[in-house]
Amino acid sequence: MTEKPIKVLAENVHKAFGRNEVLRGIDMEIRVGEVACIVGPSGGGKSTFLRCINHLEKIDAGRLSVDGELIGYKQRGGKLYEMHDKEVAEQRRSIGMVFQRFNLFPHMTAAENVMSGPVVVRKDNKKQARERALDLLGQVGLGDRGDSYPMQLSGGQQQRVAIARALAMDPDLMLFDEPTSALDPELVGEVLDVMRRLAATGMTMVVVTHEMGFAREVGDVLAFIDQGVVAEIGEPREILAQPKSKRFQDFLGKVL
Amino acid sequence: MSADTREVAGGERGTPPIEAVPVRHPGRWVGAAIVAVFVAMAVHSLLTNPNWGWSLISNWIFSPPILKGVGVTILLTILAMVIGLVLGVVLAIMRLSPNPVLSSAAWVFVWAFRGTPVYVQLFLWANIIALYTTLSLGVPFGPELLTFQTKTLIPAFVAALLGLGLNEAAYMSEIVRAGILSVDEGQDEAATALGMGRMQTLRHIVLPQAMRVIVPPTGNETISMLKTTSLVIAIPLTTELFFQASAVGNRLFQPFPMAVMASIWYLGLTSILMVGQYYIERHYAKGAMRQLPPTPIEKMRRRLRIGGGDK
Repeated sequence: MTEKPIKVLAENVHKAFGRNEVLRGIDMEIRVGEVACIVGPSGGGKSTFLRCINHLEKIDAGRLSVDGELIGYKQRGGKLYEMHDKEVAEQRRSIGMVFQRFNLFPHMTAAENVMSGPVVVRKDNKKQARERALDLLGQVGLGDRGDSYPMQLSGGQQQRVAIARALAMDPDLMLFDEPTSALDPELVGEVLDVMRRLAATGMTMVVVTHEMGFAREVGDVLAFIDQGVVAEIGEPREILAQPKSKRFQDFLGKVL
Repeated sequence: MSADTREVAGGERGTPPIEAVPVRHPGRWVGAAIVAVFVAMAVHSLLTNPNWGWSLISNWIFSPPILKGVGVTILLTILAMVIGLVLGVVLAIMRLSPNPVLSSAAWVFVWAFRGTPVYVQLFLWANIIALYTTLSLGVPFGPELLTFQTKTLIPAFVAALLGLGLNEAAYMSEIVRAGILSVDEGQDEAATALGMGRMQTLRHIVLPQAMRVIVPPTGNETISMLKTTSLVIAIPLTTELFFQASAVGNRLFQPFPMAVMASIWYLGLTSILMVGQYYIERHYAKGAMRQLPPTPIEKMRRRLRIGGGDK
């Protein structure tokens, strides 16, 4: 395990919205191929941390890097330089993100949604992008829904299209922001199945979730983020069986 | 009416449809009777009062000066709206830009052009000649290379276009801005996360969705513009419809029928615009509704098919 290179490295990451300090020194390392699950009470900073990883939020202090490269900043001669929007966009290409509320583009069909990244950002050939999109939709079990608009799909189907859309950019890191929290209970399974299969392909994943079952079964690392810090971290089965801190015990008592 | 009930009842075979006495609405009958009396009075007056001058109207409505006026009015409307739309989008994007110089410049433009009457603006454009009699290209404080007379550079038609188009741009920019702001922030985030830049996100993701909010007031603006063109007399530009109709009316000592005739033209043109707007709205409803609303032709066909299958 330890010989695998580090994919995401967070050191003492701080983030405040106005006076509200959301992250107060997050430290975490995620290695290539690992599935890291992040749990914790709402408002604890887990989604904010996830959004910092692809620079949707700018960090105030600390260091955050992916593949050893700082996110959103360049370091030259001991000085930090803010990156130009274009360079940040470049960094985001290899980081896929899936949102709680899917955020599919409603004016595009499922296939057009999946094609949008490759065609607009990478200027791929439209015909090939479409073939690839249909192939990806097939992988998430929606091969026959390419021409449906998001409105015509169930929540679970929409989220699977969103996963295919993120995969279309060929990312090597996938961020999931509570991907099943907006779903009806009977639709959660189909999305988790897709994620489980994705994990099996060796994709590095950071998953903010409330699904303890998924964390226990698929996760390599489980982090409990509360009040802006990683309060407990470790091998999921171990720390779920023997939570050390009182806060984690209380949290588990509420969700399990 | 009967078609709907039959469709629903047809779903469950064997269950007889409900046969109930419908609710009576005596108030509706009274209201309808009152309206019918007024309509009859209006029709009677239209047909029997010779002062409407229907024969005069029918003689002149397709005459060359009037048709030319219609042409100029349509051309002014289209070109002024194109200027307004393009400049309006640019101003809206400037206004939402993080660059403070761009956003305040857009704000000042809207403030100035929305805050003064379009009639006055038209007058000012026509008289820009009072500010600069000549425009010249050359080295500042040095020799002049090219000199234009403003009178020839800005003829009446161009002054009309500038006046109408720039005024429209101020209104359109606010409409476009409202449209952009109406799009959910999550859309922006999803596009950003895919690696799209600000302009790519705007063009491919935000603006197409904003169109649903932008199109109805833009249709409104176009109809309004068609009528506002009658104000270019402030320049004066005399070739547009209303001035031509008035000129004919004054010549014949029959101004009233000619104004009615101009109104008929305006009504006809706005009706065409409304049909166009319906189809544009339908186009941009893609993805926002589970099923697109049927076109009027589809509706009629469906009614005929159901009615035909009955007998």
